[in-house]
Amino acid sequence: MFESSLQQLGSALRAKQISSVELTQLYLDRIASLNPELNAYITISPEVSLAQARVADARLAAGKADALTGIPIAQKDIFCAKGWLTTCGSKMLHNFVSPYDAHVIARFNDAGAVNLGKTNMDEFAMGSSNETSHYGPVKNPWDQARVPGGSSGGSACAIAARLCAAATGTDTGGSIRQPAALCGISGLKPTYGVVSRYGMIAFASSLDQAGPMGRSAEDLALLLNTMAGFDERDSTSLQREKEDYARDLTKPLNGLRIGLPKEFFAEGLGSDVAQAVEAAIAEYRKLGATTVEISLPNSKLSVPVYYVLAPAEASSNLSRFDGVRYGYRAPEYGDLADMYEKSRAQGFGAEVKRRIMIGTYVLSHGYYDAYYLQAQKIRRLIAQDFTEAFRQCDVIMGPTAPSTAFKLGEKGDDPVQMYLSDIYTIAVNLAGLPGMSIPCGFGANNMPVGLQIIGNYFGEARMLNAAHQYQLATGWHSRAPQA
Amino acid sequence: MSLNNADVRKVARLARLAMSETEIETARSQLSGIFALIAEMQAVDTRGIAPMSHAQDVSQRLREDVVTETNQRELFQSLAPKYKGAPQVEAGLYLVPQVIE
Repeated sequence: MFESSLQQLGSALRAKQISSVELTQLYLDRIASLNPELNAYITISPEVSLAQARVADARLAAGKADALTGIPIAQKDIFCAKGWLTTCGSKMLHNFVSPYDAHVIARFNDAGAVNLGKTNMDEFAMGSSNETSHYGPVKNPWDQARVPGGSSGGSACAIAARLCAAATGTDTGGSIRQPAALCGISGLKPTYGVVSRYGMIAFASSLDQAGPMGRSAEDLALLLNTMAGFDERDSTSLQREKEDYARDLTKPLNGLRIGLPKEFFAEGLGSDVAQAVEAAIAEYRKLGATTVEISLPNSKLSVPVYYVLAPAEASSNLSRFDGVRYGYRAPEYGDLADMYEKSRAQGFGAEVKRRIMIGTYVLSHGYYDAYYLQAQKIRRLIAQDFTEAFRQCDVIMGPTAPSTAFKLGEKGDDPVQMYLSDIYTIAVNLAGLPGMSIPCGFGANNMPVGLQIIGNYFGEARMLNAAHQYQLATGWHSRAPQA
Repeated sequence: MSLNNADVRKVARLARLAMSETEIETARSQLSGIFALIAEMQAVDTRGIAPMSHAQDVSQRLREDVVTETNQRELFQSLAPKYKGAPQVEAGLYLVPQVIE
């Protein structure tokens, strides 16, 4: 059961070969035995999950099941879920039981999916290793001395370790794709605006986007069909025709034009990662695709631009955490300002405070033009590079991350080194394009390598098609770590 | 660019983050490293480039100017006791230290 696709699970449930309660219990048992070491989940709530499973079973019995009815899915702890502790990986929200459902949660509930638990993450999604979580780091199931990536590291770990059938993630600078690569699973960040962010705790609003994480492109298509769609409660949600993201999965890849950005294969890329990615590109040529070298000359500026824009927006978004209406409040304080300052100092971790400081500085009087405005202008140059590149190709491919999973604590003292692990993913968020990562082999120390596929705006179905055809031809996505 | 401890102290104040002198020193050193990375973008000629504030060139969707939020004060305040230690509520209000003498 743990190796079945979502489609197979759905069929088994509808054919009454297994009930949702049985399936959910199988996963809960596995979580109980493996999670204490892996730390992929912050919260599990077996009674709540099993109650949802019973409702799903009734719906299955009545013949009213959807594709995901009865399937246990893990939710990143950034999504507010009614009645669930929703911490966003922070001490600031250590006691926050959400009074409402995020749009994404509501969509899964409507589909009859079972919420299996809330997955661990870097605090407020700020991090690339899951080490900034207040609830302790997540371990990479391929080697527990290594990080799972971040910020959606709990979701990526849970999928790789078969602690859920699929999961959700969010991606502001690579937080779905980089942990997907480091844990050897598949993950997709949709075009900005495709999935509503209502009830998703905000980090950097011009970049944040939710997306599916799973074991295959086929699974991602099913999940995205549930997650995507207009929602008036998110002012950035786009009004578009409903689409079936699985519609092109079976198309052959003859004539697919793949752009290879020369900047992504230059200095800084690990030779083991380069080798696996190049082998994947060779496989695509065998499948009928053609390749063309492209250039994204401004992509090298994406890290500096991101570390102005994202902290600036975060410093504004996180100003709501003041200890007045919910969340952490310092036990002792003097006046109101002291209460704010102590609650925030004690409630936020080091990386979050660092980013709030960067953001506050770049937005402060006299610095706005030099930092925020300049970063927004370069952001346009970065987006224009992609527009230019897509004149020559249908999808862009390259590495997701410069190396395979690094060791816990390895980059702990140097924030800049950590920031550079998102060097190939950040430009995609700045441009608002869809991007995904799929497993394409193993590198040094037998750790998984991810292939990044970047599509043009609303090109998700085409990317999923390219990923699915590769997964039919190779078996990398079905490899699992030893339990 | 280099930051001094007074700059860091001012930013911490603006961000409402209490910081000890040791924390200010650590923050100064780490922020200086990050601003050295950020400085790479200062050399780029962006004359005539319009800033990009949104990933799609769409304008903000507007809605009718009517009340859409419902009053959920009772629900929200009923949750407060679950938030151990704080926040505090009384008579339908959130309690904070007195601000007017």
